[in-house]
Amino acid sequence: MPYIKVDENLPGIRALLAFSPETAEPLGVLTNLLLRSNDGLSMAERELIAAHVSYLNDCFYCHQSHGEIAVCYLNGDRQLVEQVKKDYSNAPVPDKLKSLLAIAASVQQGGKNVMPQQVEQARALGATDKEIHDTVLIAAAFCMFNRYVDGLAATTPPDLATYPPRASQVAEHGYGNHVFAASQPV
Amino acid sequence: MAYIDLQNDLPGIRGPMAFRPETAKPLNELAEILLHQQHDSLSCGEREMIGAYVSSLNDCFFCQNVHGAMAGHYFECDASLIDSIKHDYQSAPISDKLKALLAIAGSVQKGGQYVTPRQVEHAKKMDATDRDIHDTVLIAAAFCMFNRYVDGLNTWAPQDPQVYADRAAMRAADGYANLNAFK
Repeated sequence: MPYIKVDENLPGIRALLAFSPETAEPLGVLTNLLLRSNDGLSMAERELIAAHVSYLNDCFYCHQSHGEIAVCYLNGDRQLVEQVKKDYSNAPVPDKLKSLLAIAASVQQGGKNVMPQQVEQARALGATDKEIHDTVLIAAAFCMFNRYVDGLAATTPPDLATYPPRASQVAEHGYGNHVFAASQPV
Repeated sequence: MAYIDLQNDLPGIRGPMAFRPETAKPLNELAEILLHQQHDSLSCGEREMIGAYVSSLNDCFFCQNVHGAMAGHYFECDASLIDSIKHDYQSAPISDKLKALLAIAGSVQKGGQYVTPRQVEHAKKMDATDRDIHDTVLIAAAFCMFNRYVDGLNTWAPQDPQVYADRAAMRAADGYANLNAFK
């Protein structure tokens, strides 16, 4: 049960965004900029980074939600997404993405855990400055979102079947106040 | 040296913000609402102190100095009081409500799941509103993002505490919205 009085019909972070629509606004803008772009990293790669960091932070609502959004972008390949979340080094994804996931995993521990060698490795595999920047900021932002959700004990829907419809909504319309203002997709 | 070519020499978070102004805008708008905007029950000093405390737990030199100096400016106190709050807030001359909220912020820094119902009940007993609790958690969470952004890209930070003290009045007057990283 959430630590503050929120709308119980809204799942997870959506209830918190509805409680505080003013802060929801810049959070939505930030998320669209970081996750709804194919400039450098693809939208699928961005969601995989978010899902992996959320998995490392043990935030079920977030890793399940963003994992399902990645599934939308990856032609329904749920097995691939689960493997990237849990064991990316053995997943069939490009080495460049693996090197960026390594950086994201370090950011999850703390900013100072990112090592120069990790950055050099990413660069050697073709990562640009913008891709490295975006990886760090996505990972950092999810360290915020995961804490926001779990720190207020936001409701985690236990029925896994409810995550794909919400994921489709985001895959079609992106992030923003519509995720709590409209009726919830089923 | 920063891990990427930021194309500027600005310190701390200002470097990455000048590198990518589009993401800087919502980050600064969030900071403005959380830390600078008028609030019914948490002063600017209290909110900046929560940010500074979490930044010290995350060992982020730049952030704890910027926001520690902001808190010191609003509280009109010595840096030594800010340091004593960072190191041992339970013994510091601050309100019981702020102590209860700092305990929650400290838990958020470790991870959302570390916040306990007892901590929340205690904060409410000390007159924290739902808004106070929401904002404390979001400020603490946001600083877990800002600290990682600053240190994850290996930005540089001025070492002289006076640099931060000198800028606090300007930031308190200007706020964070439309922040010009170059100023």
